[in-house]
Amino acid sequence: MAVYKQTYRGYDGRTTPAWSRWLITGRYALAPLLSSRLLPFCMAGCLFWPLFCVILVYIFHQPALMDLLPPGLSALVGVGGGFFYLFCVIQGVLAFLLTALVAPGLISPDLVNGGMPLFLARPFTRFEYVAGKMAVLAGILSAITWIPGLLVLALQSSMEPWKWTWDNLWIAGALIEGLGVWIVVLSLIGLAVSAWVRWRLLAGASVLGVFFVGAGLADLIDSVLHTTNGMKFNLLEVVRTIWVDLLRTTPIGESPIVLSTSEAWTVLAIAAGLCLALLAVRIRPFEVVR
Amino acid sequence: MENVIELKDLSVTLGRRRVLSNLSVQLHGQVIGLLGPNGAGKSTLIQTLLGFCPNVTGTASVLGRDIRTDIRGVRGLIGYMPENDAFVAGMTAVTFVRMMGELSGLPAEAALERAHEVLFYVGLGEARYRKLGTYSLGMKQLAKLAQAIVHGPKMLILDEPTNGLDPPARQRMLRLIDDVKASGATRLIICSHLLRDVEAVCDEVLILKQGRIAHHCDLNSERAANKHFLEVEAAGELDGFAAALAAAGCEVSPGGPGRFRMELPEGFDLKTVFSMAAQREVRLHRVSYRRDTLEDIFLSAMEN
Repeated sequence: MAVYKQTYRGYDGRTTPAWSRWLITGRYALAPLLSSRLLPFCMAGCLFWPLFCVILVYIFHQPALMDLLPPGLSALVGVGGGFFYLFCVIQGVLAFLLTALVAPGLISPDLVNGGMPLFLARPFTRFEYVAGKMAVLAGILSAITWIPGLLVLALQSSMEPWKWTWDNLWIAGALIEGLGVWIVVLSLIGLAVSAWVRWRLLAGASVLGVFFVGAGLADLIDSVLHTTNGMKFNLLEVVRTIWVDLLRTTPIGESPIVLSTSEAWTVLAIAAGLCLALLAVRIRPFEVVR
Repeated sequence: MENVIELKDLSVTLGRRRVLSNLSVQLHGQVIGLLGPNGAGKSTLIQTLLGFCPNVTGTASVLGRDIRTDIRGVRGLIGYMPENDAFVAGMTAVTFVRMMGELSGLPAEAALERAHEVLFYVGLGEARYRKLGTYSLGMKQLAKLAQAIVHGPKMLILDEPTNGLDPPARQRMLRLIDDVKASGATRLIICSHLLRDVEAVCDEVLILKQGRIAHHCDLNSERAANKHFLEVEAAGELDGFAAALAAAGCEVSPGGPGRFRMELPEGFDLKTVFSMAAQREVRLHRVSYRRDTLEDIFLSAMEN
């Protein structure tokens, strides 16, 4: 319909394949995030530790610099499971903080003014809607977690003989799996909170609350009931268990791991399932009044 | 004639309440009005056609596509303007309409071009870069219409399109609907409480009452079929004229000074009226069949 004609006409042009449309909601959700300076600033801040790791890797491969270290300390350094475990812990916590910043604005704006029927009245499913929004978080969190992790590993590999790379290739898998599962859980929690809590500030606080209240509850249960089962409510502790297992290391200077790996995986699966159920209740074209 | 909507024993349950019961009908019109009192099931029927309702028995098809087996295809044909507020407050109108276009399958560039065009078309051209949250009620209605037509749907479902609009905005909305109708490219379903609006634009009407079909009619043929009632405006010796008509078998009742209404018996030739008037030198100013308004049809459906 040309503007000057001001009459209605249909559309008979090309259409995009249905499978490609799931990223559209994510693209439109990402645009305002990138246009504000806060997110790029925070993401840059989250990359300080990977940058520090790059410097460490460089130092570890400079004998002249290593000679300056005290003999006891130089024996401790090395890039392996423990090194990347620490990387996971630091970047994992930063990912959680970034989720609290980004997630609240993803779903609630669509729900607040009843926009959901407009999305779902099109050839577009609830699954695609959630997947598109999740892709935003997954992309942002990947950029500060496993992607820089792999880059650090690649740098280390480039400075070591080929055999080292071959022997430590499993670290790449562990980083992708360990941080990948954390990203999935964080994304689902963030989206579920965004779907249920209307106000952005409160939603951000709720994401933080899921972890801090969970940690507090875990400590309370453990101290009152003299058990270690409370740790199942502490998601940071749960994912730490998985990272320790995947990176074949023993945490030094931290509280010991009290959960089994299978328990940790089960807790994360339950948390993810719960978030999906919460999303399924909210991401609907209309409310049923019973 | 192609079925726009075909329902066969369609029943819908929401929660524990049965909202639609055994609806069976075939609708063919270019513009179909969906009428009924509050709670009749109009919005539920629309939501069922969009595949929103999970507990559906029976079948329903839209433009030949079954809603249970090909809901993606059905949604691809439809543009939907919901009754309630439906927008993303933080977005500008052009971004919002473009996104909706892309979700309907338009490539990004085409969606942007169409978004600008439809916003100009509905009259929001100057306000297209404003955030939707700052729009007035009438502007939001127009933005909802814009997102519903951006992808050039084969069927447009408008749920209470004139709700809350002031008279000029209402007229504008009706003009837009008429224009879409005139394009011939799109079938329309209009759900409204405002009978005058429906009467102005619809050619077929489905009236629901308590989840059942109370009446289904083609408005034009319904009006044309009702030729038993005649309204006459005349001057002269009317008492004798009325008595003669009564003697000829007509039921005559006064309708004010110089006017009367009559119900014609079966097989009555209208020429008789004119010849009787001529014999008595009665001057006929107006003789017309009394057309049933949509309100008459609606009220009759509600009484039945």
